Amino acid sequence: MPFSIPKEEYMMSGHTACAGCGATLAMRYVMKAMGEKTVVTVPASCWAVIPGNYPNTALKVPFIYTPFASTGATISGIREALNEEGKEDYNVVGFAGDGGTADIGLQALSAAMERGHNVFYIMYDNEAYMNTGIQRSSSTPYGAWTTTTPVGKDRVYKKENKKVVADMMMAQKVPYVATASIAFPEDLIKKIQNAKKVKGPKFIQILSPCPPGWYFNSENTVKIARLAVETRIFPLYEYIEGKFTLYKNPNPLPVEKYLEIQGRFGHLSTEEIQKIQENVNKRWEELLDREKGKVIT
Amino acid sequence: MRNMNKNWNIMTGNEAVALATKLAGVRFVSAYPITPQTAIVEKIAEMVANEKMDAKFIEVESEHSAMASVMGSELAGVRSFTASSSHGILYMHEMLNWVAGMRLPILMAVVNRSIGPPWNIWADHSDTMIQRDTGWMQLYGESNQEAMDTIILGYKLAEHKDILLPIMVMQDAFTLSHTSEPVEIRDEMVVREFLGDLNLPFKIDTNRPMGYGSLMPPDGPFMELKMDMKKSMYSAVDRFVEITKEFNDLFDANFPGPVEGFMMEDADYALITLGSISSTAKYVVRNLRNQGKKVGLLRILLYRPFPKDLVISYLRGLKGFGVVDRSSTYGPYGSLYMDVISSIYGKLEIPAANFVAGLGGRDVRVKDFEEMFTKIMEGEEGEIWINVGVK
Amino acid sequence: MVLVPTAYAPSSNNKTSSWRTTKPVIDYGKCTRCMICWKFCPDVAIGVTQGMNLEFPNERFAKMEAPYIDYDYCKGCGICANECPFDAIDMVQESEM
Repeated sequence: MPFSIPKEEYMMSGHTACAGCGATLAMRYVMKAMGEKTVVTVPASCWAVIPGNYPNTALKVPFIYTPFASTGATISGIREALNEEGKEDYNVVGFAGDGGTADIGLQALSAAMERGHNVFYIMYDNEAYMNTGIQRSSSTPYGAWTTTTPVGKDRVYKKENKKVVADMMMAQKVPYVATASIAFPEDLIKKIQNAKKVKGPKFIQILSPCPPGWYFNSENTVKIARLAVETRIFPLYEYIEGKFTLYKNPNPLPVEKYLEIQGRFGHLSTEEIQKIQENVNKRWEELLDREKGKVIT
Repeated sequence: MRNMNKNWNIMTGNEAVALATKLAGVRFVSAYPITPQTAIVEKIAEMVANEKMDAKFIEVESEHSAMASVMGSELAGVRSFTASSSHGILYMHEMLNWVAGMRLPILMAVVNRSIGPPWNIWADHSDTMIQRDTGWMQLYGESNQEAMDTIILGYKLAEHKDILLPIMVMQDAFTLSHTSEPVEIRDEMVVREFLGDLNLPFKIDTNRPMGYGSLMPPDGPFMELKMDMKKSMYSAVDRFVEITKEFNDLFDANFPGPVEGFMMEDADYALITLGSISSTAKYVVRNLRNQGKKVGLLRILLYRPFPKDLVISYLRGLKGFGVVDRSSTYGPYGSLYMDVISSIYGKLEIPAANFVAGLGGRDVRVKDFEEMFTKIMEGEEGEIWINVGVK
Repeated sequence: MVLVPTAYAPSSNNKTSSWRTTKPVIDYGKCTRCMICWKFCPDVAIGVTQGMNLEFPNERFAKMEAPYIDYDYCKGCGICANECPFDAIDMVQESEM
């Protein structure tokens, strides 16, 4: 059987991610696509602890730890300095979680993309602050339990919709934007290969399920990531220099299939699930419109 | 001293700083606008745009990002620079600590400006005094010439293989930043030779992949790293003396070094100052000397590391002294005063007053310094605010 | 030379086998060498081997590279067993320490 993704590994074993970690799979695939001439920057996030304690490092490339808000800015400086050194062939990658991207790092991200540096910004989206113990981020979806949106007597689960950073990046006309999933590594790697052909900033948002944070058994990480796409909860798309392409699965599953195997949605009523389904349908129509070239408002 | 043409020009402190970055071979500059610093990076942007300076300049969206981006560029092995002021310095506080902890010899020019509220764009040292414990070295200049020279000397010191710590070089808002003075432009070829190329031993290299700043448990060398920073920083005092001598020989200059003693040889009473107000203080010292009063001035240029042994050597034998703090801090006394007093503790017993003066750009006048000298000669001690309550 | 906070040792110095409560066991008689288990392992704990005297479903697979579990690093998450389309991986309880 031929290997469907590159055999070479740039992420090493012995890292300290939780069993079944989606963010770790995201890094493994991203690095397979990037190759050895790569510099990775991570802010405060799960990936700031996954390599393990000093003196260990988990990637076979330089790996820069930077404070929470500064991924976009740090990769800007690395990129321009490497260019000054004649090292244009290096891939400069920011690899940040959803809190570090959608919340505290959004300003630095948006500015780095606007300035047009030739960098990759990978957002591994596990939909909450997982490293600090499951607090809501603006990328947490509607309906989810987190430790700061607890489901008590008042059922204060997250009542606000997910902020989709990839959509914001398209609104900003970033030259390359894509969403990807750890359940479809071939697609994820293909997207990075496509992104490499674009000179300028590249943004890819990867849904990375989190077993302890989403309350599911660790063997279901890939299954849940797949269901997110199959139920259209997390649509996969690619936007290259203004051209938008949506991956369309012909037989979508009901969102319930995705929600029911995650403890974080366990409290939702039939009506609430219906509301999520309606929102998913509405967003899907909007994405189809975008593909047809209609203006999204 | 080499044979070289002396090249003088009239320029503001901001222009002197900008020109110094070109002379020093800075190759990456990232900054965010803030008054009264902006003219520095405007000048750099102009030199880069006109190919007078071979560097990449980017204007970022915040000071936090300015510092984060020069961290990235310096890690990639490229001599980097930024400039800021006041609230900009406060906004990058987190990154200042990170850059120092990463042992990156970055230079930042600071035009010292007060901290609000209320909004005030004029000179005091509160913005950088707040940053004195970030692991950055600090140099406070008195003139536009020093604005230029501290950049050149700063890179030499910061990039020394046994130091590798960032430096902020200060000049006072408007008094220096926007006021023109004659400045001798140091010869570019000689500056380059003096500095050499940046050779960061741990720069990003895909052939030597490392994690930069990884998680460190309590039994890891966390304390050892912090101790090494302190040790390196304090080795910089002697190093700065050596570098100053080398610089003065090369350029036929008279840069004072970590501290400047003015008429201190036989002084009975002295003031200790930082920055541009020292010029007025020197004028007063001269006048009082003409009246037969044995007074002097000790100006601190290198505030971090604090040159405690040099300070002790100058204060020994005094009958009284005063320390002028131009910043609002909330310890029992001003920052500079506390550093001086803790340095001489157990070694010298001299009455000392702490003057707080010149906040928010308030003028520190000749008569203010005369009042300070009068008070120390009368043996006053404690914290005394100068030129307040009279508006 | 100054002390710099740079980490240089491979994380593979750190064995994570003790994290496991169940372990995956490959039934090579069922394994078609499709490598899906290798593809989805977050711990890079599934290697590729050739020439070992392994069982195979039929001759077609006899000479092909096969996956093997590196029990030094497997954390027992179970993704491989869950994703295996041929039901060739069982999760087996670790014997008590």
